[in-house]
Amino acid sequence: MQFGLNESQEMLRDSLRSFFAGECPMSEVRRLMATDCAYDDSLWRKLTAQGYTGIIFPEEYNGVGLGKVELILLMEEAGRALLPGPFFSTVVLSGSVIDGVASAEQKKKYLAPICRGEARSTVAILEAAASWDLGQIQMAAVNRRLSGEKLFVPDAAVADWILVLARNGVFLVDKKSPGVTVSPMFSMDLTRKLYAVQFDNASAEKLGDLAGSKTAIDIATTALVAEMVGGMQRTLDMTVEYAKTRKQFGKTIGSFQAVQHQCADMYLETESSRSAAYYAAWALEENVPDASAAVSIAKIYASDAGRTVGNRGIQVHGGMGFTWENDLHLYYRRAKASEIAFGDAIFHRERLARLTIDTASVAGMSA
Amino acid sequence: MDLNLTREEVAFRDEFRSWLEVNVPKDWSNWREKSLEESFAYLRIWQRTLHEGGWAAVSWPKEYGGRGATLMQQAIFWEEMARVEAPPMANALGLGLIGPTIIAYGTDAQKKRFIPKILSADEIWCQGFSEPNAGSDLASLQTEARLEDGHYIVNGQKVWTSYGWVGDWCELVVRTDPAAPKHKGLTVLLVDMKSPGVEVRPLRQMTGESEFNELFFRDVHVPGENVLGKVNDGWNVAVSTLAYERGSYGARLHLIFKRSIGRLIQLARTVPRNGRTAAEDPLIRQKLAQCFAEIEIMRLNQLRAFSRITATGVPGPEGSIQKIFWSELNQRVQQLAQEILGPYGQLLAADSHAVDKGVWSYGYLRTRGNTIEAGTSEVQRNIIGHFVLGLPRSY
Repeated sequence: MQFGLNESQEMLRDSLRSFFAGECPMSEVRRLMATDCAYDDSLWRKLTAQGYTGIIFPEEYNGVGLGKVELILLMEEAGRALLPGPFFSTVVLSGSVIDGVASAEQKKKYLAPICRGEARSTVAILEAAASWDLGQIQMAAVNRRLSGEKLFVPDAAVADWILVLARNGVFLVDKKSPGVTVSPMFSMDLTRKLYAVQFDNASAEKLGDLAGSKTAIDIATTALVAEMVGGMQRTLDMTVEYAKTRKQFGKTIGSFQAVQHQCADMYLETESSRSAAYYAAWALEENVPDASAAVSIAKIYASDAGRTVGNRGIQVHGGMGFTWENDLHLYYRRAKASEIAFGDAIFHRERLARLTIDTASVAGMSA
Repeated sequence: MDLNLTREEVAFRDEFRSWLEVNVPKDWSNWREKSLEESFAYLRIWQRTLHEGGWAAVSWPKEYGGRGATLMQQAIFWEEMARVEAPPMANALGLGLIGPTIIAYGTDAQKKRFIPKILSADEIWCQGFSEPNAGSDLASLQTEARLEDGHYIVNGQKVWTSYGWVGDWCELVVRTDPAAPKHKGLTVLLVDMKSPGVEVRPLRQMTGESEFNELFFRDVHVPGENVLGKVNDGWNVAVSTLAYERGSYGARLHLIFKRSIGRLIQLARTVPRNGRTAAEDPLIRQKLAQCFAEIEIMRLNQLRAFSRITATGVPGPEGSIQKIFWSELNQRVQQLAQEILGPYGQLLAADSHAVDKGVWSYGYLRTRGNTIEAGTSEVQRNIIGHFVLGLPRSY
């Protein structure tokens, strides 16, 4: 048993870190977040050139064919850099959904262009009731046409396709087709924009059954947790650095236990989130029976930890942490959006309860 | 990253599992309620059985009677022990902490003299570290040892000594150079507890039991050859013992915790709450799921730490994360048990209405000690702040 990165995984992580440091510095993040879509074509081409847009998908669809562990390494580094734009919604979310439910023909048509960096896509899940429970979805296609509204759809403005989770299946809608209206929803995270998408008898192609998208959502949730870990790590690093240099009462504030213990807790919360994310990715890769529980465990822990690490980081920074100029709030905003996405800790605790409390054999009792 | 067991790990697990099937006693639950002396005699026999099978100290090198087990194999060992609810071993400190310290720092004569009897449970070991005025600040301890005619004359007091009442030998940290800075004047002595001048008193703790003792030393003579390591280098010897303490403990806890949460879920299904069962109560469900999730993360943190130690070769301060994590989690699990059981949660073993023979009222009180023993949560956070994050020393 070896619960750490192997040599090629470490190499991948190192090259990811230097890629994002070079191509996506905070100055670029701030420039993009001030634009309407937080999207930059040249950054997208660089991501594509590295093979990142096809990282986990089969080579027959122009993907790179790596595993979920490699995916979360990518997302962790993207999270550390606070990568703006539609990478998550296109590659991780849409790519996994298409890969999970669509036919070979459709994958050639839709997954391959995503891998080649030629297309962007997003997935529309929530409706007015804003429930992450797929069983609560109301929208349904009638004669391959969709009507109604989806909310909180990430990066819809730059997407070529919108994958719609409907009661009777997963459908692909070309954003340019008649009857599709995209309007911005103004929300906390400035680096990942949200939209309301109105469908008025819009033409839709069925990709597969709704139930088939569950694993894709689990993969996306785990990748998002990894991205959250990257954000926590950056918040921790900035905070420790600040605690080592900022002086009050003639001493660096990091020498005070009240400050030091906040940092220690940030470290514990970050590392624990990382353990949970890595395990969930491995469990999904290996298809182990408790993979869904592992995903919920990771999202439960990281949802609270991401927010708490941010709280502590801002507190340790004092007044500086409350300024617009300091980068902490950008991570803090992303942490809140990610806490919410695919269900917060409360949602996943209930999901875990159904997998453990409500089953005949309580996990662990039979171990 | 590969969390599947290797072929060697599977072989190790299967060998121990089949050995346990034949050898693990089935009547421990009856014996644990008997007197301290009776149940301890039982544990001594159990350790001997393990020793005869070659399983008493799997982590030790083969030449000293161990199996040279990797950290993963050690984790498997403790999981298998927990899986069959095997009794603990009598000489827990000797096997887990003091034996490894003697193997690391002892002379050949000391190893030959002490190691076999630690394994066979013929000599039980206790640890004389904390003092009334030296808890978290262990290095300020005052028990003194003066060298006279080849003997150290020891005077002082120790507290919170586990197994003091049954200890044959003690790993004792004493001050041998009062003039030196506090970390530099300490020495570790191996002390025969039957020496004249050693007095052992029970220390009654808030649970009502006396798991621990106070030790008093009045002009106790300890032969010079019983110094462990170098004179005035006792701090390093003691710290290595403490690292074993933090490193090895978490490994055996996750299945024990998992069994607790499994039992709590069973209980929650039967306890009425607002016209339904507690297991159907949304708030209780949230809390059970939270504890369940954290128990799993505790396991994952441990496995990651093991992989890191295996890769780098040294136990690091990661043990401090585990210590904080399990001790605070255990307190939350016990509080949740109280919330599920309602008025029944407070009942002691002596009450006929008590649930599970009073383990939940006992656990509630006992877990307060978890964030204090083996290094307080505050000390662990200091260790993370200074040694992991590189912040300046705060004390």
